[in-house]
Amino acid sequence: MSFQPVKFYQTGTFTVGNRLLAPDERSEQANPQRSNSINSGHRACQGCGEALGARYAIDAAMAESNGQLIAVNATGCLEVFSTPYPESSWQLPWIHSLFGNAPAVATGVAAAMKVKGRKEVRVVAQGGDGSTTDIGFGCLSGMFERNDDVLYICYDNQAYMNTGVQRSSATPPAARTATTMPVGPEPGNVFGQGKNLPEIAMAHGISYVATATVADLRDLEYKVRRAMGIRGARYIHLFVPCPLGWGTASHDTIRMARLAKESGMFPVFEAEHGEVTGVLKIRHKVAIEEYLKPQKRFAHLFGKHAHPEMVERLQAIADRNIRKYGLLDEGSN
Amino acid sequence: MLNKPFAITLKPGTSLANHTGTWRTARPVYLDRLPPCNNACPAGENIQGWLFHAESGDYEQAWRVLVENNPLPAVMGRVCYHPCETACNRGQLDEAVGINSVERFLGDEAIKRGWKFDVPAAASGKKVLVVGAGPSGLSAAYHLARMGHQVEIQEAGPLAGGMMRFGIPKYRLPREVLDAEVQRILDMGVTLKFDTKVANIEQSMKQGGFDAAFLAVGAHIGKRTMIPAADAAHIVDAVSVLRSMEGEDKPMLGRKVVVYGGGNTAIDVARTVKRMGAEPIIVYRRTREKAPAHDFEIEEALQEGVMIKWLSTIKQANEGEITVEKMALDEKGFPQPTGEFEKLEADSVVLALGQDVDLALLDGVPGLEIKDGTVQVGPNMMTGHPGIFAGGDMVPSERTVTVAVGHGKKAARNIDAWLHGVECKPAPKHEIATFDKLNPWYYSDADKTVRPMLDIIRRQTSFDEVQGGLDETNALFEARRCLSCGNCFECDNCYGVCPDNAVIKLGPGKRFQFNYDYCKGCGLCVEECPCGAIKMVAEDI
Repeated sequence: MSFQPVKFYQTGTFTVGNRLLAPDERSEQANPQRSNSINSGHRACQGCGEALGARYAIDAAMAESNGQLIAVNATGCLEVFSTPYPESSWQLPWIHSLFGNAPAVATGVAAAMKVKGRKEVRVVAQGGDGSTTDIGFGCLSGMFERNDDVLYICYDNQAYMNTGVQRSSATPPAARTATTMPVGPEPGNVFGQGKNLPEIAMAHGISYVATATVADLRDLEYKVRRAMGIRGARYIHLFVPCPLGWGTASHDTIRMARLAKESGMFPVFEAEHGEVTGVLKIRHKVAIEEYLKPQKRFAHLFGKHAHPEMVERLQAIADRNIRKYGLLDEGSN
Repeated sequence: MLNKPFAITLKPGTSLANHTGTWRTARPVYLDRLPPCNNACPAGENIQGWLFHAESGDYEQAWRVLVENNPLPAVMGRVCYHPCETACNRGQLDEAVGINSVERFLGDEAIKRGWKFDVPAAASGKKVLVVGAGPSGLSAAYHLARMGHQVEIQEAGPLAGGMMRFGIPKYRLPREVLDAEVQRILDMGVTLKFDTKVANIEQSMKQGGFDAAFLAVGAHIGKRTMIPAADAAHIVDAVSVLRSMEGEDKPMLGRKVVVYGGGNTAIDVARTVKRMGAEPIIVYRRTREKAPAHDFEIEEALQEGVMIKWLSTIKQANEGEITVEKMALDEKGFPQPTGEFEKLEADSVVLALGQDVDLALLDGVPGLEIKDGTVQVGPNMMTGHPGIFAGGDMVPSERTVTVAVGHGKKAARNIDAWLHGVECKPAPKHEIATFDKLNPWYYSDADKTVRPMLDIIRRQTSFDEVQGGLDETNALFEARRCLSCGNCFECDNCYGVCPDNAVIKLGPGKRFQFNYDYCKGCGLCVEECPCGAIKMVAEDI
């Protein structure tokens, strides 16, 4: 079953580590010997959620595969800021080909390892929401359908940030991007479009699909380790706030991820063979405004020419998530 | 060079060559902020500091950190009104940490396990006289002895403890607890002379060859008030009632006992009288909200069956009965007579109207200033006479055991400085770790541990201790409710949340360090630090 939190130990499993917990009960990120898969000196913006999420996820995968890991990267922020030729921040074998073919390249790497009899070498493919939900979607669907032995991690920051914040099919309704202008009767991104990739992945019936955020490290590490323990196609959708594209303070990255989860806007769950098997419950429920207000991409919903009806529609989306996944639990924390 | 792979013109390099620290406009720095509990403690205890050790189950170390400031934790854990808990940031989350109950647990554990104080510093060759073996005198003696001074306490009475023994009833402070903690101080080599009333301080100092003196005689003369009374009316004062409880002859007060006053002493007397089988009734001129007694004490008294007549003054006392007048509060909150009278049965009247200081020992000492019946002291606790310091109830301040212990410590430090001919400069206080500096998300939900209370019948009939203590398991739980406000407790959050790996983990007990070569100054570590032990400082650009 799902991640078991330590009930009470001052900060329990909410913090990265805890001097009162035994070392094996702490997160991989608390480990002084963590692999630091994406090393210092990368050129991500201040407070980058994706750089943080990538280290969280890949360090856990490295720990689980005893360092026998190859990463395939799609085009996107993560690739650009980590590897400006000839420099690289990556501390593991890493390959980048095109924007849209990372799942296919990963399939090839996995096949090559199989041919060479290197069963211990595992393959992870990764990309942003642009390469995952739009450009590389066909390759990804094929990888799922063939059940290739790859863990695909999508770092979802809800737009094409690297090229100047253009809308992707993961951009939420009402959000302003360079291509969804904050003017007109229905400003920002439209309602009722876009893709829910975790559910699409589940529809392929693959063995493991999970969502996670950079605000719940222990849950994320549990899911990566769980996925690494399975062979075949697996998918993790990791929510990574983007200070630049969202117009949030660089110190608020983790707080934004936490508010997305606590408001119900981003449901955190895991699924096996297309069936939801566990959810991370909301601990202190917040109204959607609390999540929206710190973000400049939603600024046009508030203030002088406010759009309370759009805020209500966003709240309705959050409420639907809460109902659908059972995110609220009476008497839980 | 041509020994590179095809189409490669540059050598592969690491991003470590790229010092992203140059992007920074503000830098995070680690700091210790002052926890509100420490700030509120009249005895200046490092509460967060000793809870830190209790959290890991190292109770002896916790006790040792505690007694650096206060030698009486088992007493304190029973009688202190814990302003620390009122100030506790956890109170804004769920309920304040039970600091007082953990303190008592540590104090009791020390007695049970026989822990002794650390060996004092090398002898200084200086002699200090402490007058009075109450909390403030004992505290000063302890701290002076730790500093290596030779200390003699001269106590007018036959037993040590002062108001802790003669003012606080047994059901709140069992005497074996008090005796054990006093004995531990004496074991450091402090001399304690009983039945030695200092009649003239200058003479006593000269006779004993003392270099300095600390006066802590307390305030134990019950205040009187004019009540028209018949000759046969039985009127006594609260302090002498409580004092006589410690002797052979218990006070004879009759069945109906009226206690006059609304302070903690009034409550103590009423609850004591109740335990002796009498029927106490407290008469107080104002309301419960205005009463100086702590509300929990009033509540406990009411639970035990003490009757309280609010808004009443005693007009006349006769044999077997008194006349009270009903009062009403005016707009300013002062009680005004209403002209309505009532008679109450009263075999005796106990006056609990506050206490005065016996200042006889100071007669003729030059330089002393006495105002409103108390001795005036400077910020260094020294009276107008060089070398004579004073503290506790005899100087102007709040009269509690904890304040007295704090005075003792402060005086000891200043006496030590004065003996060495230097000025005692306290270290500047850190900024306070207010609730807004914390990130409370990270703390587990945990309700306060409630201490067991003695059942009501035994409370009404015996002097057994009313409030129970914690045991090892729930003391540990309670200690771990501490938020460690403003002081790093090594949760690894900063180390984990840095997107740039710019935090270096130095190992257990050594905390962390920033690697400013790569820190971009995003401030995530500051925001996600649970306890507010990091802050952003602008870079000079």
